[in-house]
Amino acid sequence: MPAENGAPSKRSRWSWWYLLFVVQFLVILWPPFYNKAEPTLLGIPFFYWFQLLWVLVSAVFTAVVYLMTRKSQ
Amino acid sequence: MPQVNGIALVVFVLLFGFITWLGFAAARWRRGDLDQLHEWGLGGRRFGTVVTWFLVGGDIYTAYTFIAVPALAFGAGAVAFFAVPYTILIYPLLFLIFPRLWNVCHKHGYITAADFVRGRFGNRWLALAVTITGIIATLPYIALQLLGIQVVVGALGVTGTGIAADLPLIIAFAVLAAFTYSSGLRAPASIAIVKDTLIYIATFAIVIVVPIKLGGFGKIFAAVPAQKLLLAVPGAHTTGAYGSYATLALGSALALFLYPHSMTAILSASSGKAIRRNAAILPGYSFMLGLLAMVGLFVIAAGIADMPDYAWGFKTFKNNFAVPALILHLFPSWFVGVAFAAIAIGALVPAAIMSIAIANLYTRNIHREFINRNPTNKQESQMAKTVSLIAKLGALIFIIFVPTKYAIQLQLLGGIWIIQTLPAVLLGAYTRWFNDWALLVGWAVGTLAGTAMAYASNLATTYTIAFAGYSFPGYSALYTVVLNLLLVIVLTPVFNALGGGRKPIDETVPADYAA
Repeated sequence: MPAENGAPSKRSRWSWWYLLFVVQFLVILWPPFYNKAEPTLLGIPFFYWFQLLWVLVSAVFTAVVYLMTRKSQ
Repeated sequence: MPQVNGIALVVFVLLFGFITWLGFAAARWRRGDLDQLHEWGLGGRRFGTVVTWFLVGGDIYTAYTFIAVPALAFGAGAVAFFAVPYTILIYPLLFLIFPRLWNVCHKHGYITAADFVRGRFGNRWLALAVTITGIIATLPYIALQLLGIQVVVGALGVTGTGIAADLPLIIAFAVLAAFTYSSGLRAPASIAIVKDTLIYIATFAIVIVVPIKLGGFGKIFAAVPAQKLLLAVPGAHTTGAYGSYATLALGSALALFLYPHSMTAILSASSGKAIRRNAAILPGYSFMLGLLAMVGLFVIAAGIADMPDYAWGFKTFKNNFAVPALILHLFPSWFVGVAFAAIAIGALVPAAIMSIAIANLYTRNIHREFINRNPTNKQESQMAKTVSLIAKLGALIFIIFVPTKYAIQLQLLGGIWIIQTLPAVLLGAYTRWFNDWALLVGWAVGTLAGTAMAYASNLATTYTIAFAGYSFPGYSALYTVVLNLLLVIVLTPVFNALGGGRKPIDETVPADYAA
């Protein structure tokens, strides 16, 4: 999307680390990937424990992006 | 009729008394001049990473969420778990967009999303659309918080007829109104710390103790009927339950931070850095919400719905009684008091922030824009305090006199309406390319189409689009915001040409968005 006067803002730099967010989105927005009961963990079906695990993975991804882009902000 | 649970009630009242004191004492916390709107309504933008964590967490994971998500899991099963992807998706958005918005709002003294839109696009009518949408979407949400209090007070066995039935709610409301009036955003910020500590303790206790009492997770999930355990696999020519699940998650995530109360909590952070850090630590709440969604399934396994002791509660509060009933059934009275207090206090925090957000919107974007253009600081903050009282009073009257189902339906419609401000607010943080009138038309069409879809689907969250022999059931908010955005993109060059290249002034410059 072009910014005002067609000149992109130079202040917000792109970082390849942002791709971690894309991974986060694609996995969780594709239910066929995790809509199954097996394998279970401590008796909890895959559907439930995988999504809970993905909360933690996403938090780690976000922390990584934060640390890796901190300098350029 | 239920018996009054004495010990639980005493613990409940003590904890409630404590946070009442805290709410008033908060006026002196990180002291500022409460006669200025940004001090009263944004806590002076002084909250660091930790307080912001409690405040935003207490604000967006509301008491209603903690009651309604497990209630949905209890009633409908796996589909309720969409709350987990939803809360996963919100944090990249928070990380990428909100530090920019915080910077520009800080720079120009904006305290609402509508302030930003007014400055960015220079169109008071577009700002008014954002304001009105925000106020109307938030009011039923406050009412639902009071519903959360109603459920736990009922579960404590405190009942009555006529005015006595609503007395606990009126007391809670009076407390809430008084400390919000006197302390502003500092009150919910300090109370959130207590409330979230209680919620975390209660949730982890439930998730550990209940499976032990019920014989392990394996046994619990074995007791859940197969059609509730997983999403239904879609048949041919439809995206089925998968489509609904993913669009509900994405649509809810996009809508969340457009709500005025989310904006208020985020803008009160002390820096863009505090916001980015929070994107990494706020998922702590998402994890807890996921655990609570599973608790809804525990209730199925415990077979509580068929027990005569709880028939009254389920009859009165429907599935919303699921979690309170489980707690009553399996825990000692003192714990019941702690857990129920956590839910009730958990209702006060977002209700306070929501009423402050509405007050900020009215004061800045309606009163100052259209009625008195040059208020003094004191007049402005006094106006906001008064409006916060009116907003809460409206919610109280609503929940007492209007059937609960209307509050729930209005809150559902609120999600569809608030998402229509996305192009102006969230995309506006990145680009000024859009024409302001095109944004207004997109907003109007999206709002009408979303409302029509909701009514066509009998006020369900999802609407099925049929196309070329395929059907796509999905969240109407997401469908209509796409329509809204396409319209804005098509109409922008048209309106620019009609306007002869004349464009309202953008009072922000690119440097304002950087730290």
